[in-house]
Amino acid sequence: MTLRPTRRGLLLGLAASAALGRARIAFARTEGNRRLVVVILQGALDGLFAVQPYGDAALAGLRAPLVLPEPGQEGGLLDLGGFFGLHPAMPALHALYAAGEAAVLHAVAGPWRSRSHFEAQDFLESGGAERLTSGWLNRALAALPNSAEARAGIAIGPGMPLLLRGPVPVGAYAPPGLERPPLELIDRIAELQAADPLLAPVLAEGLRARDFVRHTLGASAAEDRERRGFVRLAAAAGRLLAATEGPRVAAMELGGWDTHAAQPQRLVPMLRTLDEGLAALKEGLGPAWPQTAVLVVTEFGRTARVNGNTGTDHGTGGAAFLLGGAVAGGRVIADWPGLGEGRLLEDRDLMPTLDLRRIAKGLLRDHLRLPEAAVARAFPDSADAPALAGLVRA
Amino acid sequence: MIRFGFGPRPGETPPADPVAWLDAQLGPEAPLPPGPSSADGLRARAADLAERNRNGGIPPRQGQAIAIARAEARAWAERRLVAEQPFRERLVDFWMNHFTVSRRAGTVSVLAGAYEREAIRPHVTGRFSDMLLAVARHPAMLFYLNNAGSIGPDSPVGLRTRRGLNENLAREILELHTLSPAGGYTQQDVQDFARILTGWSVAQLREPFGYIFRPNAHEPGPKHLLGREFGAGEEAGEAALRFLATHPATARHLATRLVRHFVADQPPPEAVRAVEQTLLDTEGDLGAAARTLIRLPQAWEPLLTKFRSPSDYVLAACRALGLPPERANLVLTGLAALGQPLWSAPQPNGWPDTAADWATPEALMRRLDWAYTLAGRFGQAEPREVAEVALGPLARAETVTAVSRAGSVRDAITLVLASPEFMYR
Repeated sequence: MTLRPTRRGLLLGLAASAALGRARIAFARTEGNRRLVVVILQGALDGLFAVQPYGDAALAGLRAPLVLPEPGQEGGLLDLGGFFGLHPAMPALHALYAAGEAAVLHAVAGPWRSRSHFEAQDFLESGGAERLTSGWLNRALAALPNSAEARAGIAIGPGMPLLLRGPVPVGAYAPPGLERPPLELIDRIAELQAADPLLAPVLAEGLRARDFVRHTLGASAAEDRERRGFVRLAAAAGRLLAATEGPRVAAMELGGWDTHAAQPQRLVPMLRTLDEGLAALKEGLGPAWPQTAVLVVTEFGRTARVNGNTGTDHGTGGAAFLLGGAVAGGRVIADWPGLGEGRLLEDRDLMPTLDLRRIAKGLLRDHLRLPEAAVARAFPDSADAPALAGLVRA
Repeated sequence: MIRFGFGPRPGETPPADPVAWLDAQLGPEAPLPPGPSSADGLRARAADLAERNRNGGIPPRQGQAIAIARAEARAWAERRLVAEQPFRERLVDFWMNHFTVSRRAGTVSVLAGAYEREAIRPHVTGRFSDMLLAVARHPAMLFYLNNAGSIGPDSPVGLRTRRGLNENLAREILELHTLSPAGGYTQQDVQDFARILTGWSVAQLREPFGYIFRPNAHEPGPKHLLGREFGAGEEAGEAALRFLATHPATARHLATRLVRHFVADQPPPEAVRAVEQTLLDTEGDLGAAARTLIRLPQAWEPLLTKFRSPSDYVLAACRALGLPPERANLVLTGLAALGQPLWSAPQPNGWPDTAADWATPEALMRRLDWAYTLAGRFGQAEPREVAEVALGPLARAETVTAVSRAGSVRDAITLVLASPEFMYR
């Protein structure tokens, strides 16, 4: 008779081996092993272009020049379960969807109804119903422990997005290109700046972040030089997050989505870059992928109708993506409002039916496992937008 | 010199009467710097396109348009390295950023220098309404914010081709250039203003290679903007722009931006009110606004409140080191390395203007890298003189000591450029 290990038996076995050496450390850190990446698409992605509801009879009437053939036809959409289709410029995301590791959220929007990029970006990143000076992800970090080597949060790219600005210190990474002063000179610069209340802490964070990056990326950073821009940044982000003592939460920005004219020509390369970047992020994360969720959001959707220049203007409802090994994917999460007569917001925009804050709150609660109070601090005055359950695997 | 200029060069001494020195720069317009017109730029682009078509779609290796764009960037840097009227140049840069066009949009590249000379520079001490009109008619802006192809749906062209409006320019004029969201306009105002501006377009491949009004693309009939009725035709657009330029919400918005740029990240309300009042009293005289600005007590006390943007920092460092104009390229590569490449703001709201945006950990580290790299090129300089030029009476004892104790010229110059007193203006 063969001894078939039960699920319980396996768990017990794992617990037993966890008492040995490194495995014990890994086991002890399980609670803090989940990774969250937020990618902000600045300029407003046209959700109806990236994820086309080909099953909606009204689609072609609104935007024929932007509609692709149905799945299965030449140059057609990549099917997402019989009603929606993903733009074929995003094959990597589609493969993740097929593997149950990516979900699409549609007809989403924040609570704001501003069609101003700059207001809406501030709302999206600050998480408030009014403009705040700190970001929701920064406030969420208050509940996460820092590791011995790195801050729990890290900004990927040269700037510091509002999303990560705030009271909690965060790290940063941008690819090098200039000669760096020797450490000893840096020490003297730090002494000079010590008297400056603004610069002293900023310099300290910069040094701390670089220290960690050097330890983690080391020599293999040369490989990344071959890649460019966002894809290269995403690959580095993945590897930084994969480090055992590395950050757990990262934010990155990708601009260029404001397609008022010649949308197909401009948006397809952008979608391709995003798709390659997400694939590079997964590759960089490596064994940490199963503990990862990546949220891709934009400030608002675009008009349901095509405008006079084969483009689209500022709208409301749009699409978001959620991917990662921790994500309960393989589905489109949408309470589809329809595009037909009388269904559009102000006879113009896709009607939003899902509040973006519910998605973000769901990830903070169920993925990062933050206590309710911490989630509420990240999104003040959001009782009307309860955390969305079931986004990640139990 | 530090706050309202680009920082001193070797041999320049601080003026005895700073307000008089600044006032003198606001006098009658100096002759415009030379350079190709926007028509020259569009002709060059048309020639490149024609050559590409002759060569079966392969663009020329060294196109005329690229050559113009490079020369314009160099001219910008050279002029600022040796500027004798730095306050006037700084105002030009301020208004260029207020009315951002970005080289990230292809056609803008060849036009950005001409845009500065034709739409911005002539009006920096003139009327805001004249600047706004010049901007709204300039090919660079008409391309950048897509108005060149905006078609009135009920115009002859619109009815024939079923093409329609593009709201982009109308929205950004309201939001960024004039009223700001505090002006309380609605989506309907944006759309009607876009209708008012239909027909404001560009002849890009034929004479006059510049702004034209296309009556056949102009939406007929009356439109409403903030409750006012505007008729049809090009004059209606002019009237609407002049109405917006002198609107009280515009004065408040411009005053806030000016004070934020020249005085403090958190603009003192009384300072904003003073500049706002000048704009209201003078129907938007930007020279008068600048004269009020330099007389604000808040502009002189406390000093060093504004963290230098990458552009400020690179120019101040290169000027302090006496970089000759022939090496202006170092300025341009510095701007790119520190995240503020010339005329390339990522979005229509231009480059940000506060320490929170620029003084971030990695940005500060890169600034130190750049300073160290630059200092490596000035091994022959005399560090104490560099400190004297760069910091003058603002140098702290700690900095002077650290510079004198540095182990190399390069380290010493790096310390001057990395000192906190050099990071602000």
